[in-house]
Amino acid sequence: MSTKVVMEALSPTMEEGRLVEWKKQEGDAVSVGDVLAEVETDKAVMELVARAGGTLLKQVVQAGTTVPVSELVAVIGEPGEQVEAPAAPGGDGAPTPAKKPAPKAERKAEQGTQPTPDENRPTSMPPAPARGPAAEGNGQAALPQKPAPAPADRSGGRVRASPLARRMAAERGIDIAAVEGSGPEGRVVARDVEAARAPAAAAAPRAATVRASDGAPYEDVPLSQIRKTIARRLAQSIGPIPTFYLTTEVDMERAWDAREALLAAGGEKVSFNDIILKAVAMALRQHPECNAWWQDDHIRYWNEVHLSMAVAIEEGLITPVIRHTDLKSLREIAAEARDLAERARERKLAPEEYTGGTFSVSNLGMLDIHEFTAVINPPEAGILAVGRMAEQPVAHGGAVTIRRRMRLTMSCDHRVIDGATGARLLQTLKGMLENPLAMVY
Amino acid sequence: MATTAAARPRPRGGLDPGLADKYRDWLRQMLLIRRFEEKAGEAYSLGKIGGFCHLYIGQEAVAVGSLAALGDDDYITCSYREHGHALARGISPQTVMAELFGKAAGCSKGKGGSMHLFDASLGFLGGHAIVGAHIPLATGMAFAAKYRDTSQVAVCYFGEAAVNNGAFHEALNMAALWKLPAIYICENNRYGMGTALERASAIYDISERASSYDMANEVVDGQDVLIMHAAMERAVQRARTAKIPTLLEVRTYRFMGHSMSDPIHGHYRTKEEVEGQRKRDPIALWSQRLIAEGLMDEAAIKALDKEIIREVEEAYQFAEEAPDPEPEELYRDVYAEDGGGRGTADTGS
Amino acid sequence: MAVVTYRDALNQALREEMQRDPDVFLMGEEVGVYQGAYKVSRGLLDEFGPLRVVDTPITELGFAGVGVGAAMVGLRPVIEFMTWNFALLAIDQLVNSAAKMRYMSGGQVGVPAVFRGPGGAALQLAAQHSQAFESYYAHVPGLKVVMPATPADAKGLLKSAIRSDDPIVFIEGEMLYNTKGEIPEGEHVVPLGRADVKRSGGDVTIVCHSKTVSIALKAAEELADEGVEAEVVDLRTIRPLDAETVLSSVARTHRCVVAEEGWPFAGVGAQVVDTIQREIFDDLDAPVLRVTGADVPMPYNKHLERAAKVDSAKIVSAANQVLYRGRDA
Repeated sequence: MSTKVVMEALSPTMEEGRLVEWKKQEGDAVSVGDVLAEVETDKAVMELVARAGGTLLKQVVQAGTTVPVSELVAVIGEPGEQVEAPAAPGGDGAPTPAKKPAPKAERKAEQGTQPTPDENRPTSMPPAPARGPAAEGNGQAALPQKPAPAPADRSGGRVRASPLARRMAAERGIDIAAVEGSGPEGRVVARDVEAARAPAAAAAPRAATVRASDGAPYEDVPLSQIRKTIARRLAQSIGPIPTFYLTTEVDMERAWDAREALLAAGGEKVSFNDIILKAVAMALRQHPECNAWWQDDHIRYWNEVHLSMAVAIEEGLITPVIRHTDLKSLREIAAEARDLAERARERKLAPEEYTGGTFSVSNLGMLDIHEFTAVINPPEAGILAVGRMAEQPVAHGGAVTIRRRMRLTMSCDHRVIDGATGARLLQTLKGMLENPLAMVY
Repeated sequence: MATTAAARPRPRGGLDPGLADKYRDWLRQMLLIRRFEEKAGEAYSLGKIGGFCHLYIGQEAVAVGSLAALGDDDYITCSYREHGHALARGISPQTVMAELFGKAAGCSKGKGGSMHLFDASLGFLGGHAIVGAHIPLATGMAFAAKYRDTSQVAVCYFGEAAVNNGAFHEALNMAALWKLPAIYICENNRYGMGTALERASAIYDISERASSYDMANEVVDGQDVLIMHAAMERAVQRARTAKIPTLLEVRTYRFMGHSMSDPIHGHYRTKEEVEGQRKRDPIALWSQRLIAEGLMDEAAIKALDKEIIREVEEAYQFAEEAPDPEPEELYRDVYAEDGGGRGTADTGS
Repeated sequence: MAVVTYRDALNQALREEMQRDPDVFLMGEEVGVYQGAYKVSRGLLDEFGPLRVVDTPITELGFAGVGVGAAMVGLRPVIEFMTWNFALLAIDQLVNSAAKMRYMSGGQVGVPAVFRGPGGAALQLAAQHSQAFESYYAHVPGLKVVMPATPADAKGLLKSAIRSDDPIVFIEGEMLYNTKGEIPEGEHVVPLGRADVKRSGGDVTIVCHSKTVSIALKAAEELADEGVEAEVVDLRTIRPLDAETVLSSVARTHRCVVAEEGWPFAGVGAQVVDTIQREIFDDLDAPVLRVTGADVPMPYNKHLERAAKVDSAKIVSAANQVLYRGRDA
C-alpha cells in the first residue's frame, strides 16, 4: 500500500509551495521523519517530511515546481510496488489549504462521488490549485474540518451503511466509503446515497464552525467517514495519536507593554504565561473545533474551555486545570495558576484539579527553550508549546529592528484537528498576543 | 392391603365352554404381550429401541380382559405404558415393534415411538405421555359419542398416580355431570414410578374417588383376566345403555421396573415383595385355570408359547429390517396435508 | 355491506358454521345460559340447544381436553376461553395434545378444534387479566394462531378457523368487541395465513395485528400529517406467518416498525424481524424497530397502564427513527 506525499501547508497562511530541492531520490529508502524535500513557503524554506516509511517510489513533481497545498508530490511505498498515482482532484474536503493531508488526498482520490475526476491526467501535472470551500463541487463538500456526523468505528474502519444504501451504492457505482452518513453514528443510509448522486446543491457547508451551545458543557459529534478514515490511517502511520505540528512566531512587543503597564498598576502579578493562557482560552472560544476530545467512536466538542497547564514537578509533570479559563479575568487566572502550580509541586492537588482539561499549554520558555513540540495529553486534541521570548532582529516597518519574539508550536491530534483548523487557531492566538485588545474584542 | 387381591368377592363359577376359543385367545394375547415385552427389553438393551420404554409385564390381564369387552367402534386411549393395550387391541406385533424401533412401518410411522402408539382404524387413539392429560381426551371422545348419539364407549387407561392430577378430577366431574359413556380404568400397580400409592394419595381405595362425582365404580382383580373381563363388561353395559361413566380401580402389579432404566426392585420396593407378587402372575393363573377347566393342556400351552415366541421373533426381524422414515417425513404431519378443512379457505402450512 | 360489531361478527360466524356443519359445537364457561361472558354466543343456545352450546364448569384444562378428544374423533369443537389468561390452565392440552396429535400419530389423528376467546389488555384489569399470549402459541408447530383486527376479518377468519383441520388458537381483542365495521353480505370467508394491507404507503411499513392495527392506522394518520406515508400491514394470522406480504411491503418501503401488544422478549415481532432481516437484508435502510408493551406485569394504575401500552405516539416515534427523521436521525 503506497502512501501519497502531498504538499503540506507548512505555514498558517501557505496556499502553495515551491519544491526547491528533492532530498530523497526515487528508489531511496525513506523513514518516517526523513526530510524528503525542501519547500519554499510564503515565509521560509521548510522541510517536507516523510509521514510514512518505505521507498520513495516516485517524485511526482520536479524540483522548482510550485505546488498547491494538498496536491500530490511524491509516492512512498514498497520497492517495486505499482504506482498508480492518480491525479489529486481539485477540491479538497477542507475548506482551506489543508495542512497535512497526505492521507486525505488519497482519500479524495477514492471518492467516487466526484463523477469523473481526471483519472487519466498525468500525475505530474496537478490540476487546478485547491481553493476554499467553494471549490468543492461534490456532495462531499459538507465535510469540513468540522466532523459532520460520523461513524463510530468498532470494527476497524468498516463503513457503517444500511444494507439498502450499500446495494444502491453498488448499483450506481458509488463508493460507499466516500458517502457521508447522516444516520445514527454516521450510518450511510439510502438518502445519503441519493444525495451523493445528486451533485453540488447539497454542498452547503454544514456545521461549519459555530455550534450552538444551549448550555450543555459539550457536544458529542459522531465521526464522519472522512474523519474516521483520517483517524485510522494517521494513527496507523504515526502511532496511537497521529500528531502534526504547527509553529508560528509571535511578536510580543505589545504584550510586553501591556504587562508592564499592569505591573505598574500593582495588584496580582501577571506573568506572560498567564497572558498566553488567557489568549489561548479566548482563541479556543473562537475555534471550538480545537477544543475537543478524541473519544474513539466520536469527538466531544467542548462548549467550555478548561486549560491544562503543564507544570514540571520533581517526579515529572502534572497538568493542573484552570476551569473555565475563558470566563476568568487575567488576574484570576494569574492567581489560580500560581496556586495550582505551587500545590502541584507540593503534590497537594486533588485529582479533579488535574483532570478534565480540554486543551493544554506547556511553557519551557523559562528554561531557555527556543521552541519545542509538546506531547498531546489525551483525550485532548491539542497542546500548545510555548518557547522562550527573545529579542531578535526582524524586519519591521521596512527596517530590520530588534523585537521580542516568541515561538508557539501547537501539537494537533489529526484525528480531530486538520492542518488548517489548527492553523486558524494559531492565527487567532497570534493576533491576540500581538494585539491584546483582540482578546476582549 | 399390600396385595393385589380384589377387595370384593371374586365372581366364581365355571367358564362357559362355548367361549373356549375366546379364553384360549386371551391366553394367547397375554403370552404375546409377555414375549413381546421381553423382546422389547432385549432390543432396548441392544440399543435398537431408544428413549423411554415402559414394559407391561405383570399387567397383561388388564389390557386383555378389558379390551376383549369392547366393540370395534370404541375409542381407546392409554398412558405411555401401552404396548400391551396396542397388541391386545389388535395392532400387529410387527408394526408395534417397528414403531419402537422408530421405523417407517411403525404404527405411528416411526414418529411416535414407544409412548405414542396409534392406530386410528382400530380406535386406538394413542399412548399419551403427560400423566393424566389423556383423561380429558377420552372424556371428549365420550362426549362425541353422546353428541352423535352412537353406542360407542371411550375407554381410558391410566396409572394410579394420575388420580392425584387435576385433569383426572376435571374430566371425571364432567363425565358424570354430562352422563358420558366413558370408562376410566385405573391400573393400580401400586407405584407411580417409585412412589408407592400410600405415599402419594390420601385415599387408599382409588375407587372411592368416584364417589366425589357420584360415579359407578368397582375394584377389580387385575391379575385375573376373567374377573377383569367381567367387570369391564358391566362397565361397558352401563356406558352403552345407561349412558353413564364408570371408574374401575384395577389392582395389578408391574413385575419390571418403571422403565428400562429402573431396576426391577429399586429402593422403593423389596425383592420379596416382587417375588410375592409374581406368584400371582396373570399368565400362570390363567394357564392353570384353562388346564383345570380342561380347555387346554400343558403341551398345548407350550406349543402356543413357542408359536408366539416365533411370531415375536418375526416382529423383531421385521422391525430390524424395516426402513427408517424418509427425511421428508420430518416436516410431514405437522398440519393437515391437504391444507384445507371441510371445503375451504385454509392456506394450510 | 352491513355495519356490525366485532362481537356480532363472531356471533354470525359461529351461527353460520353451526348451521352449515352439524359437527360444530361451542363449549366453554358461560357460553349458553349466560349468553357468553362477552355476549359473543348470544342466542346460540336457543337456536342450537344444550348439546351444541355447552356450558362447562370452570375447568379450563378439563374442557380444553374434552375439546381435543372430541376433535380427535371428528367433531369440530369451538372451545371458548373466557379469556386467554385462564387458558394457561389448559395450555398443556393445546401444546402437548392438540398441537402434536397429528405428528405423533404419524398423520392419523388430527385435531380440528378452535380455541377462542379474548386476549390482550382491556382497561385496568391488572396483571393477571391483561396479557397477550400469541407468542406462546405461535411458538408451537402444529398450532395456527389467528388474530383478527376488524369485524370483517373476525367473521371471515373464524369461519375459516372452524373449517380448518388443524387446531387453531383464535385470539380476539377484548377491546375490539364493540368496534364496528362493514362486513360483506352473504358468505364471507377470509383465508388463514394471509396478511392484509390495511393502508398503503411507500415510506415505512408498520406490521401489526389485532388491537395494534387500529393504533397503527392512527399513527399512520399522524405520520401523514408530517408527510410520511406509512403502509399498515395487518398480519391477521400469526402462524403461519404471511411473510410474503410483509416482505414485499418492506422491500418497497425499506423501513419497518413492528408493533404488538405483548411483551418484547421473544415476541411475535421478534419473529417478524428475523424473517425480514434474513430474507430482504439488502432492502433495509434501517434496523427494524419494535414497539411492544412494556416489559412488566401490567400495573393497575391507569397512568402506569397507559405508559405500559402501545400507543400511536410510540409507533410514530419508531417510524421517525427508522426514517432517520427528527433528533434521532
